[in-house]
Amino acid sequence: MRISKAFKLGLVAASFAAVAATAQAQTVKVGVVLPYSGVGAEFAQQVDRGMQVFMKLNPNAFGPYKVELIKRDSKNPSGAEAKTAVQELITQEKVDILTGFIYSPDAIASASLFTEAKKPAVIMNAGTAWITNLSPMIARVSFSMWHAGHAMGEASVKNLKAKTAVVGYSDFPPGRDSLDAFKRAFEANGGKVIDAIPMGGPGQVPDFTPFFQRAKDRKPDVFFVFVPSGDHAVAVMKTYNALGMRQAGIKLVGPGDLTPDYKLQGMGDDAVGLITAHHYNADLDNAHNKRFVETWKKDYGANATPDFMAVQGYDGMAAIAHAVVAMKGRMDPEGTMNALKGWKFDSPRGPISIDPATRDIVMNEYLSEVVKQGGRLVQKNIGVITAVKDMCKELKEGKCK
Amino acid sequence: MDPASILLGGFASGMVLFIVSVGLSVTMGLMGFVNLAHGGFAMLGGYVIVLAMKHWGLSFVPALALAFFAIAAFSVVLERLLYSRLYRAQELDQVLFTIGLVFVMTAAVTLGVGPETQVIRLPDWLRGQTDLGFMTYRTYSLALIVAGTLLVIALWLGFERTRYGARIRAAVDNRRMAQSLGIDVGRLFTVAFALGSGLAAVGGGLGAEILGLDPNYPLRYLVYFLIVVAVGGLGKVTGVFFAAILIGVLDFVLKIYFPKGGTIFIYALTLILLLARPHGLFGKRGT
Repeated sequence: MRISKAFKLGLVAASFAAVAATAQAQTVKVGVVLPYSGVGAEFAQQVDRGMQVFMKLNPNAFGPYKVELIKRDSKNPSGAEAKTAVQELITQEKVDILTGFIYSPDAIASASLFTEAKKPAVIMNAGTAWITNLSPMIARVSFSMWHAGHAMGEASVKNLKAKTAVVGYSDFPPGRDSLDAFKRAFEANGGKVIDAIPMGGPGQVPDFTPFFQRAKDRKPDVFFVFVPSGDHAVAVMKTYNALGMRQAGIKLVGPGDLTPDYKLQGMGDDAVGLITAHHYNADLDNAHNKRFVETWKKDYGANATPDFMAVQGYDGMAAIAHAVVAMKGRMDPEGTMNALKGWKFDSPRGPISIDPATRDIVMNEYLSEVVKQGGRLVQKNIGVITAVKDMCKELKEGKCK
Repeated sequence: MDPASILLGGFASGMVLFIVSVGLSVTMGLMGFVNLAHGGFAMLGGYVIVLAMKHWGLSFVPALALAFFAIAAFSVVLERLLYSRLYRAQELDQVLFTIGLVFVMTAAVTLGVGPETQVIRLPDWLRGQTDLGFMTYRTYSLALIVAGTLLVIALWLGFERTRYGARIRAAVDNRRMAQSLGIDVGRLFTVAFALGSGLAAVGGGLGAEILGLDPNYPLRYLVYFLIVVAVGGLGKVTGVFFAAILIGVLDFVLKIYFPKGGTIFIYALTLILLLARPHGLFGKRGT
């Protein structure tokens, strides 16, 4: 009896030790939720490659700890598929941290799961300003729509001397956010927004002709457009030129979503003169970015170009690496969030940090103009605002309170 | 707002609908085959154009012609190997088969060319604005209106005024009778199918400027093809034409004045039209 009891105890103790040992050797599981198929497939490719390039250029960033990426397809922008994927990653795959999230609805739909399951999430794109308010488990390395929208509203008055503006936007949360951000800054500086036109959703590229026709008939000084980057942006450039809005004296401005770097050359001369505010473009002149773009072209072809989503994937991986090393591979949720708060990094887009108060990114906003140089289109830097916070939360606007 | 430019814009968007859908009206209406892979042929046509222009330096119009013949020929292979086995099958079988085919096409294009949108560089004479005398308007919209009008006239003449058209109509109305009169219905359907697919390819190419072109094209626009064909009435080329114009113009005008409505108008219009006329605007009753 006695022997067998001791034996049992010993067995229990041994198995505990075994569990503890596996916990120590455990790799950190990162759930990656991106639209690998469907209308956002190119975005997923940009982010995914950005993550790969980070791992390649910084093989020691994770220290002695192993990281396993578990990728899931969030397909269309509705948020429903992303939520299902997040649920599966948390319950089945038992991931330690989540990342990805291209579309705002994806992050919005998943936010309550982050809170309930206490899983930190590093947002790599989704730009609706108030997303970070939805869960204390969210940190964002990408941007808020207010970063570019607010900067562009101010620059439209100060740099472009515009007095009137029409806003056209894709009718979903980040689009409405962009409208609010631009309007707030434009009107605070003495301009007037004379019309705001919702232009279909993010799921498919609409024919922009009727919306642009309406904008043209209002004869504004600037036409501020937010649409999802990529194919929407290409269609915007085409329609703007085909309707002769440039000749009518209407300047097209917007966040850098309008000038996805990997589509810029394909836009041709249509894009020359376009002015955007954004936190990254592939032509940024700094050493880190040069190395980033160089590696990208070496790995994915001379015609491939990283855009802002790529750099967000890169920075997101950097943030996760920082958290993994800070937590010594044991990703306790509160500790991980504390490690992310205040994190600073020298990114290809310039210096960035996570604001400890809002868990949102602080970074530079670059004002650029598309110009033709030696047969190529490049984004010429015409101004920079340093260390920009999300103005929506700074000003406590609407849902950002 | 300028009514002439609104009307022209609406006509152009109607023409896009017509050009991409008319091929489906041929296969689905005339042959009674539920061909949901129509958009797949349109997409493949668009890719033929893009690749031919990029790699062989073809200009836009010859590339369109090439796409027509290439896709028509490709579709004959599919028709003989696959489609012809399902002519007498139930509609559900046809739907499942053609949807499966769409997935195969989408995956094949993604694998072979990549997920990104392809841009068809229009020739200079189709770009920018054209001065019409009383107003200037987007050149490509005007070109679409001309192309669509020519297409409907050609198809109408072909089906209503030629022997071949008469045979096809006879075979559609009563297959057994047509066969016993010595018409080779099998071959006729092969030709009609090739024509429908070739038209899809041309539609994919001409419409790409407005609708874009990527591997998800076939499913994204499937609803539009079906709407236009359903509202126009099955098998009626002229019906499809007027339905496309009607929907295009109304959708365009409503989008200008009530942009908040988004894509809802096109569906609401379809609902109302089909409630009022279940067989389509120009469809035959009781067939």
